[in-house]
Amino acid sequence: MITAGIDVGSRNIKVVVVRDGRVIGLAAGTGGFEQLEVARELYARALEQAGVEPGDVAHVTATGAGRNVVGFADSRVTDITAAARGANHLFPGATTIVEVGAEESRGIKTDGLGRVLDSAVNERCAAGSGSFTESMARALGMSLEEFARKSTESTARIPMNAQCTVFAESEVVSLIHSGTDPKDIARAVHHAIASRVASMVRRVKVEGDVVLLGGVAYNVGFVECLAENLEIDDLKIPERPELTDALGAALIAAGRAAG
Amino acid sequence: MIAGYGYRDAEGEFYISIDTDRCAGCAEKPCIRACPRGLFVEEEDPYGETVAAIDDLKRNKLKYECSGCKPGRDRPPLPCVTACPHGAVRHTW
Amino acid sequence: MTGPGKEFWRWKEESWVDPDRGWKDAEVITLGIDVGSVSSQAVVCLDGKLYAFSTVRTGSGSLESAETAMREVFEKTGLRFDDIHYTVGTGYGRVNIPFADKAITEIACHGRGANYMGGPSVRTILDMGGQDCKAIHIDYRGKVTNFLMNDKCAAGTGRGMEVIADLLEVPIEELGPRSFDIDEEPPAVSDVCVVFAKSEAMARLKEGWSKNKVIAAYCRAMAERVAALLERIGVEPEFFITGGISKNIGVVRRIEEIIGVRARPTEFDTQIAGALGAALFAHTLYLKKKDREPRARGSRPGPMGPRPRPAGPEAP
Repeated sequence: MITAGIDVGSRNIKVVVVRDGRVIGLAAGTGGFEQLEVARELYARALEQAGVEPGDVAHVTATGAGRNVVGFADSRVTDITAAARGANHLFPGATTIVEVGAEESRGIKTDGLGRVLDSAVNERCAAGSGSFTESMARALGMSLEEFARKSTESTARIPMNAQCTVFAESEVVSLIHSGTDPKDIARAVHHAIASRVASMVRRVKVEGDVVLLGGVAYNVGFVECLAENLEIDDLKIPERPELTDALGAALIAAGRAAG
Repeated sequence: MIAGYGYRDAEGEFYISIDTDRCAGCAEKPCIRACPRGLFVEEEDPYGETVAAIDDLKRNKLKYECSGCKPGRDRPPLPCVTACPHGAVRHTW
Repeated sequence: MTGPGKEFWRWKEESWVDPDRGWKDAEVITLGIDVGSVSSQAVVCLDGKLYAFSTVRTGSGSLESAETAMREVFEKTGLRFDDIHYTVGTGYGRVNIPFADKAITEIACHGRGANYMGGPSVRTILDMGGQDCKAIHIDYRGKVTNFLMNDKCAAGTGRGMEVIADLLEVPIEELGPRSFDIDEEPPAVSDVCVVFAKSEAMARLKEGWSKNKVIAAYCRAMAERVAALLERIGVEPEFFITGGISKNIGVVRRIEEIIGVRARPTEFDTQIAGALGAALFAHTLYLKKKDREPRARGSRPGPMGPRPRPAGPEAP
């Protein structure tokens, strides 16, 4: 049976096509102002990659902040449900999930079988999401990759007092003016957001294997700081961490199509 | 005086309020010792009284600092609120 | 956004001395210093009345900023540290002014300063500073009975206004007046997060909104945010606004409209509220202390080290 999951995030749209529990096609792109159009295009592209026709797809489930935009979906699920399902597929038995996206971050506790027991969210605040590191990288005039890499080279521990992205930018600028090494600043920034995310995850209790999802999982600086803060040395990260919600949605679709 | 330390952000209001009229400035400082994150400090008000306050370096991250005592599901009584014998400490969330 | 080396000072530095008075005949001269996150003020009171003030940009160190503000006001008045009977320091965070006789919380100082500037009928104060925003209730003496801080978010602060000033490249003092030069009041942008408000402002510009209309939407968002803080603590008249963005009429008028209460007008520069309150506390504290242990002027070393003293009565 072939099903598809479409994740309409706050910034990017991701599509995953699954046949009998295996990924056969995927596509991702920026949503922008025309989310429905982009979702349609990406869906078509993913099907093409999979070598299937729209008629072959038994069920489409949408998830993400903009899931209601996907008029052509057969059903919808919350990101939390989709993330739990997707994480369980990739890391069976894992009970704690951390998801950090462009504009929000989540902590999820599951029963190890993909069912959600508890959740906590940092939402509507840029300081708890990928927007934070992006803004700081911009303030330092670096690419995000360079910024992340530099932070792993730092050995100093400078505190960052600001909890708001806007104030943090000013704090970063004054650190630069006072001659602080950019890699130490980079570390302080990554540590700050990791600390906020970790506090949120602790509300659902950090137990068992911990899975990290969302685009920010590509940020090596963040991953290092989060692992340190949670005192874990083996954070489970999928190969494509930004696609796990869409994968989860596709798997849920399979359950729904089966009746 | 009701001192409201904290903030309101996009997710809601996060204030710890300390009623300094009730705060007796206890000698053993149970609130300061009860908080696992060290949020409580002593402060002298302009009229010479010593009262409890929230550390000014931590006021802007209360939501995160307090999350350890506020797990998602069960809500056990908060150590700082229980520690104060005069009921001077309250959380708005 | 500004990059390294491109931060520029947006707020005015200024000083004022009461032209009708001199300090030589005053019995008690006190100094209040307020080191804020963005600007610092020094206020001199003569016998409990405002005499002079200076406001300067806060530099990298709080001690340095305190000294700069103090030097400015001394220069304008001809006073020296030795002439001061009592100094109170206040400010944001762990401000430490070693040459102050006492440190008092900025909330208490603001309450006292607002009571002086607005009169004993003031009950609710809104302080909109460079990096924070507070709502304070005071009694007829200026004593604080209730307050709510808000120093996590940029919304409702001077820094929050700088974001839109930078984006539109409009000088900050023009934002207020320009926000009224529009055909119709637009809906607010996001009132909960300056980062989102900024992206919404950018989107509106792309849609063709004029700069003034975007400014209006942004001012309304700031006002809504601040009004929510006030409504939580309750607005009891008289209502008084202090701090840097009290000069932004675009935000002030919209706040008044939302809460349905007009702010009490004043000829004072309300940015000095904290330092003024500090100088007033200094006056009271000095009188209390004088009753207990009389001490001659000039017997303590100032921040620049001990001054050589002329022959005269020594301190006990």
